[in-house]
Amino acid sequence: MFELIGVAPQALFGQLLLGLINGAFYAMLSLGLAVIFGLLNVINFTHGAQYMMGAFGAWMALNYLGIPFWGALIVSPIVVAIIGMIIERTLLRRLYNLDHLYGLLLTFGLALIIEGLFRRQYGSSGLPYGNPLPGGTNLGFMFLPNYRAFVVVASLVVCLVTWFVIERTKLGSYLRAATERPDLVQAFGIDVPRMITLTYGFGVGLAALAGVLAAPAYQVSPTMGSNLIIVVFAVVVIGGMGSIMGAIVTGFGLGVVEGLTKVFYPEASSTVIFVIMAIVLMVKPTGLFGTAK
Amino acid sequence: MTTTPLAVTAPQQGFSPVRILIGIVVLAALIAAPFAVYPVFLMKVMCFALFACAFNLMLGYTGLLSFGHAMFFGGASYICAHTIKVMGFTPELGILAGVAFAAVLGLLVGLLAIKRQGIYFAMVTLALSQMFFFFCLQAKFTGGEDGLQAVPRRAFFGVYDITSDFNLYYAVLVIFLIGFAIIYRAVYSPFGQVLKAIRENEPRAISLGYRAQQYKLLAFVLSAALTGLAGSTKAIVFQLASLTDVAWQMSGEVVLMTLVGGMGTIIGPVVGAAVIVAMQNYLASLGEWVLVIQGVIFVLAVSLFRRGIVGEVIAFVKARKEKAGA
Amino acid sequence: MRFTAMLMAAASVFAVSAAHAQTPVKVKIGVLNDQSGLYADLGGQGSVWAAKKAVSDFNAASKGLQVEVVFADHQNKADVGTSIARQWYDVDGVDLIVDTPNSGVALAVSQVTKEKNKVFINSGAATSDLTGKACSPNTVHWTYDTWALANGTGKAMTKNGGDTWFFLTADYAFGHALERDTSEVVKANGGKVVGNVRVPLNNADFSSFLLQAQSSKAKVIGLANAGGDTINSIKQAAEYGIVEGGQKLAGLLIFLTDVHSLGLKTAQGLNLTSAWYWDMTDANRAFAKEFSAANGGKFPTDVMAGVYSGVTHYLKAVEATKSAKDGAAVVAEMKKIPTDDKLFGKGEVRADGRQIHPMYLFEVKKPSESKGPYDYYTLKATIPANEAFRPLDQGDCPLVKKT
Repeated sequence: MFELIGVAPQALFGQLLLGLINGAFYAMLSLGLAVIFGLLNVINFTHGAQYMMGAFGAWMALNYLGIPFWGALIVSPIVVAIIGMIIERTLLRRLYNLDHLYGLLLTFGLALIIEGLFRRQYGSSGLPYGNPLPGGTNLGFMFLPNYRAFVVVASLVVCLVTWFVIERTKLGSYLRAATERPDLVQAFGIDVPRMITLTYGFGVGLAALAGVLAAPAYQVSPTMGSNLIIVVFAVVVIGGMGSIMGAIVTGFGLGVVEGLTKVFYPEASSTVIFVIMAIVLMVKPTGLFGTAK
Repeated sequence: MTTTPLAVTAPQQGFSPVRILIGIVVLAALIAAPFAVYPVFLMKVMCFALFACAFNLMLGYTGLLSFGHAMFFGGASYICAHTIKVMGFTPELGILAGVAFAAVLGLLVGLLAIKRQGIYFAMVTLALSQMFFFFCLQAKFTGGEDGLQAVPRRAFFGVYDITSDFNLYYAVLVIFLIGFAIIYRAVYSPFGQVLKAIRENEPRAISLGYRAQQYKLLAFVLSAALTGLAGSTKAIVFQLASLTDVAWQMSGEVVLMTLVGGMGTIIGPVVGAAVIVAMQNYLASLGEWVLVIQGVIFVLAVSLFRRGIVGEVIAFVKARKEKAGA
Repeated sequence: MRFTAMLMAAASVFAVSAAHAQTPVKVKIGVLNDQSGLYADLGGQGSVWAAKKAVSDFNAASKGLQVEVVFADHQNKADVGTSIARQWYDVDGVDLIVDTPNSGVALAVSQVTKEKNKVFINSGAATSDLTGKACSPNTVHWTYDTWALANGTGKAMTKNGGDTWFFLTADYAFGHALERDTSEVVKANGGKVVGNVRVPLNNADFSSFLLQAQSSKAKVIGLANAGGDTINSIKQAAEYGIVEGGQKLAGLLIFLTDVHSLGLKTAQGLNLTSAWYWDMTDANRAFAKEFSAANGGKFPTDVMAGVYSGVTHYLKAVEATKSAKDGAAVVAEMKKIPTDDKLFGKGEVRADGRQIHPMYLFEVKKPSESKGPYDYYTLKATIPANEAFRPLDQGDCPLVKKT
């Protein structure tokens, strides 16, 4: 550990890279939460469970259908997104004119159900999932597994494409308009309810995609999402849910901060994000990128 | 975005003869209860009922959903267990220590959390309680996964022996009634009315000259302290304090209890706590289905009977009365 | 005088055999474990099956015992666990509680069992306090404990040439205890601990810790963690090519079900200590075969085998004492008669409640070496019974008289 501090520049660079990998998951998850919140005003507590479903989806695709990782990367998020859209149509929709808290509570209950069902079916210790890109490159200052490099690149691409679609395309402009004034947008002849459903599906799909990406690196178990989701909530509070770019930047940024904590003071690495959240709340309660809403 | 208030039932005040009669019957039933029902079960229900009532002070009467009340519950239970076991406190002092700790923690968390509202408030409290969980996990005095075990049951005030479950039951009953009375008093006091005014329309309450933030903070501290009372009592009843009580699942459970019983009603959380605790106890042999059942209840409660059991009963009675009146 | 004594003895024998014929001794066994959470796979319904199997193999009915087995889920909550235990003892007439993983719940149930004078045979929990500071005249700890795991893995691996160690430790009491115990064993056997890192619980990404372990050049990386943390660290160690690079991974608390969930491709080369493995003797294999047929193809863990063995010995003791009502007396009898059953072989229950048997160091096979389902381990070393557990005088158990 002290050696690392001593040989600072290169080793530090390695740790920064690791932090980015971690941050990739935070970014994708908080991005999904932000997109859903933006249009539905619902904090999707099921997000962690949907992330887990994505990972399990990859396992099922491989073991039941013989679809390898690369196929699962597409199939699993779509299936999970469809399930999400069904949930939105049948359950969430009925709560939109109530207090936002009901949406939070409903999705919390759904998360319990999903987690419980998966535990029942697959047990609690998880399932094996092989690494599709074994091996790695020695960068001189560290050993970078190929798969990790892929995760960073893939998630960056996904995040940036999402940002581009929402902030720079016509479809995105409808979406943003609907966030502000759904009634007006509806009056312009755009099917807002359908847009809401698709948005929810998209956000959920992002979570599932993160899950598929996690499957080769992390334990594929029913509880994999529930611990992560709380950290992601803190990430969201720090970033503020006002902007898409904000969610992406905060996600990657906090991954890096957490990564550095793991080197210098590992005991605190599980709490550092919460501490940052407390500080941000004191200084700028709306979050780094948030606007009062 | 228009929002409907969380709870719709208006408070009813005053002591009609019927109410006094009901009160006497309930009290008699509570005193007789351990002869009919297993006392440990009853004590557990009371601990959780008090917890849920204290929580309801936030959710039902202030309109703020805290998803981190486990930190006050479990934190107080650790402090109470530690002071009794290691420092030799008597139970009442241990409970006081637990309550004081919960109140201070509530003040610190409240100062941070009330800067945000609605779902942000929920997420902030959740995150802070997760931080507290990690603190408890790593701290030496909590015993990590083993928890604090074998907390002795010393006599209350040095005179009232509580080694038998039977005796302990009445001590817990008194604690529960004190806690409940405080909550009742708070809800039906001017303080409670201001809280409700803030819940319904905060800008208006502010414009009337009420300092909304201070009221909310005070309510939060009170709620945390009473939660601490429940947690401390639980530590004495079960003679242990463990990580379960600070984990975020516990925060979820208390939300469930309040929701099922009826938030914003004074008796709802008690009913909810009884239902959920009974479910946990008697469905234990269902094993792996417990989590799913809890989730299903959550979903049903949110989508179909948002007023909760007690809320629905009140609404039903009211509808009947109006019908009869018309 | 002597005559009366003889007469009384004869009379009591007669009375007992009469009772034997008329009313069988009623015994109720409660399997209390995690059926829905983290530890559901290593015990859960499998332990219930093992308990029932022990009862039927014991031929209880023909020996004048009428045995009933019930079970419940403690949900990993100490208060739920003790509530069930109290209710079982007070209301439902349960005489014995078995299994009970999760150290917090186990210690609490041990407490209640002592208070109610019943019997508690623990198979699933790890804490060595059960037979140490918190030992009880009503509790027997059967399968393993943290000391035995640390000792087994630490000693055998150090002796086999793994003499420099780096620890990845879960940052709470359990992880610290495992690390401390293992370090002592390593040092006592001439090894050296070159570094450690404390990792918070439920941390999903071990990359930076594994890189530290890798650059320490230690021959062995000790994983002083459990459950999901262990699985994540092993999975990522494979990703970073740690085992391929020549370092060995030592799991200090890992079960057959964990290896199953990792898959051999990821877990190969891992070293671990266990009390029992299904593919060691014909009796074990037969047991596993029957278990697998009844449990959807799953295989039994050491914890489940421990439940079987523990229940068998308990029934023997009850048969000898003719009553299950006085828990302390039954446990005293269990300590008096040697243990002997088809799964754990011959052994004994020590004064502090520790059951003594050999422990085994295994290495996880390569995928190419595995011939069938759950064919995962190769035996590397046997730690004989007299060395496998913490010496009686070092546990601070008040039941052990200091000499």
